[in-house]
Amino acid sequence: MDTIGLYRTTVGKKVVMAVTGAGLLLYVVVHMLGNLTVFSGAEAINGYGRWLREIGVVWPTRVALLVCVTLHFVAAYQLTAKARKARGRYQHRRRVQGSYAARTMRWGGVIIALFVVYHLLDLTVGWLNPNGVPGEIHANVVADFRHWYVVLAYSVAVLALGFHIRHGVWSATQTLGVTTSRVIGLAVAVAICAGFLSVPFAVFTGLVS
Amino acid sequence: MKLTLRIWRQSGATGRLVEYVVDDLSPDMSFLEALDVLNERLITTGQEPVAFDHDCREGICGMCGMMINGMAHGPERATTACQLHLRHFRDGDVVTVEPWRAEPFPVVRDLVVDRSAFDRIVAAGGYISVPTGSAPDAHATPVPKPDADTAFEAAACIGCGACVAACPNGSAMLFTAAKATHLGVLPQGQPERYSRARDMVAEHDAAGFGGCTNTGECTSACPKGIPLTTIARLNADLLRAHTTRSDR
Ligand code: HEM
Ligand code: SF4
Ligand code: FES
Repeated sequence: MDTIGLYRTTVGKKVVMAVTGAGLLLYVVVHMLGNLTVFSGAEAINGYGRWLREIGVVWPTRVALLVCVTLHFVAAYQLTAKARKARGRYQHRRRVQGSYAARTMRWGGVIIALFVVYHLLDLTVGWLNPNGVPGEIHANVVADFRHWYVVLAYSVAVLALGFHIRHGVWSATQTLGVTTSRVIGLAVAVAICAGFLSVPFAVFTGLVS
Repeated sequence: MKLTLRIWRQSGATGRLVEYVVDDLSPDMSFLEALDVLNERLITTGQEPVAFDHDCREGICGMCGMMINGMAHGPERATTACQLHLRHFRDGDVVTVEPWRAEPFPVVRDLVVDRSAFDRIVAAGGYISVPTGSAPDAHATPVPKPDADTAFEAAACIGCGACVAACPNGSAMLFTAAKATHLGVLPQGQPERYSRARDMVAEHDAAGFGGCTNTGECTSACPKGIPLTTIARLNADLLRAHTTRSDR
C-alpha cells in the first residue's frame, strides 16, 4: 500500500475526497433520520438527544467529522489550485454538458461549511437560537422555524447539500473505479433534502409545535 | 454564403481576435476549407495566412483541433473541425475561432498549439512490450468479443486534445483513460496493466494537466465519443497499482 504515492496523484486526492465524502454522507443520513423523531413529540427528540450523549457517541462523532471535513477540504483546495493553473481562458466559451451540480461543487461546498458553523451556533451552542437552551432540542427547533428567514437559510443550505450530494455520489463511485447510473445520486439527494426540509416546514406550517 | 470569422492571431507571447469577412463560401465546404479560402485571399494581398494544423481532413488524424464558437471542434457532436460543414452555420453568422487553451498546450502560432504533452503521456505507458519478429497469427491470442469492442471503442481516440480544451479543469483524463483502456483490456496489455496506469497518470499530472471532476464536458466534446467509463476503469487500475505490493 503506497498511500503517499497515491495521494500525490490527482486521482489519489479524489479518492480521499470520495472516502471522506462517504463518511460525511453517512453522518448526514443518520442525522436526517434522527431529526424525524421530532414528529413523535418533544419527549421523543429530547430523549433521543439525551440517549446519544449517554451512550457516548457525540465526541467520537465530532472528531471523526472534523477529520473528514479537513481532509475533504484540503484535497479540494489542492485540486482547485492545480485546475486553475491548468485550465485555459477563452474569449468565448460555451458549456456543452456539465450539470449545475457538477459546476457548483467548490462554492457549494463552501456554502455548506459556512452553514454548518451557523447551524452549530444555532442548535448546538444555542447563541443564535431564539430559545437557545442546550438539551431543549424540541423547544429550540420550534423557536427557530417560526421565523421565515431561518426557514429560508436552512432551505438554501439543504438544497446546496442536495446538489453537492447529487454530483458527489456519482463522482465518488467513478473515482473509486465504478461508473454508476446518475439516477442513484439524484435519488439519494432528493431523499436527504426531503427528510431535512420536512422539519422546518412542519414547524413553520404549525404541524409541529 | 458569407461568414464573419473572428480569429485568434498570435505570433509572440500574446495575441488578439481579428475579424475577417469571408464570402464566396459554399455550404458544402468544410470549416477548414473556409479557412483555406481566407488564407488564399490573405496571401494574394500580401498578408500573413492564418496558421492552423491539419493533415487527413477526414476525421482520423486528430490535428485540426480548434475552438469554434466556444465549442471544441464546433457545434456538431462527434465531428472534427475538418468534417464540420458550413451548412451547419447560417449565412452571415459571426464565428469566433480560438486555439485550444490549457497550460500544457502552449500556443505556437495563431490556432496551432503544441500537444507534445500527449506524446509524453503515451511514452510513459501507452505501449506494450513484445519481442518483435514475424507477425503472430491473428488467432494466436483469443480476445473475448466484449473486450475487443471496449478496446476498439477506446482505440478510436485520435489524440486531438478536444477533451482538454473543453475541460473546466484542463484535465487530460479522457485521453489518458482512452489509451490505458485500449491496451488494458486486451490480453497483450495485461503484463503492464497496473504500472501503465500508475506511470501514465503520474506523467499526466506532471505535465500540468488538472484533476478530473467527472463533469463530462470532455466526452461531449470528443469527436470519437470516448465514454467516461474509461476514466473509472483507469481509476480502478491506478488504485490497484498503489494498493498492492506488486510492482508490475
Ligand atoms: C433542516 C435541517 C437540519 C436540522 C433541523 C438540523 C438539526 C440539528 C440539531 C437539532 C442539532 C443539534 C443536536 C444537539 O447537539 O442537541 C444538529 C447538529 C448538527 N448538524 Fe444539523 N440539522 C439540519 C441540517 C444539517 C445539515 C444540512 C448539516 C450538514 C451537513 C448538518 C450538520 C450538523 C452537524 C455537523 C451537527 C453537529 C454535531 C455536533 O454536535 O457536533 N445539519 N443539527
Ligand atoms: S479522448 Fe476524444 S477528445 Fe480527447 S484526445 Fe481522444 S479523441 Fe480527442
Ligand atoms: S485534419 Fe485530421 S482529424 Fe481533422
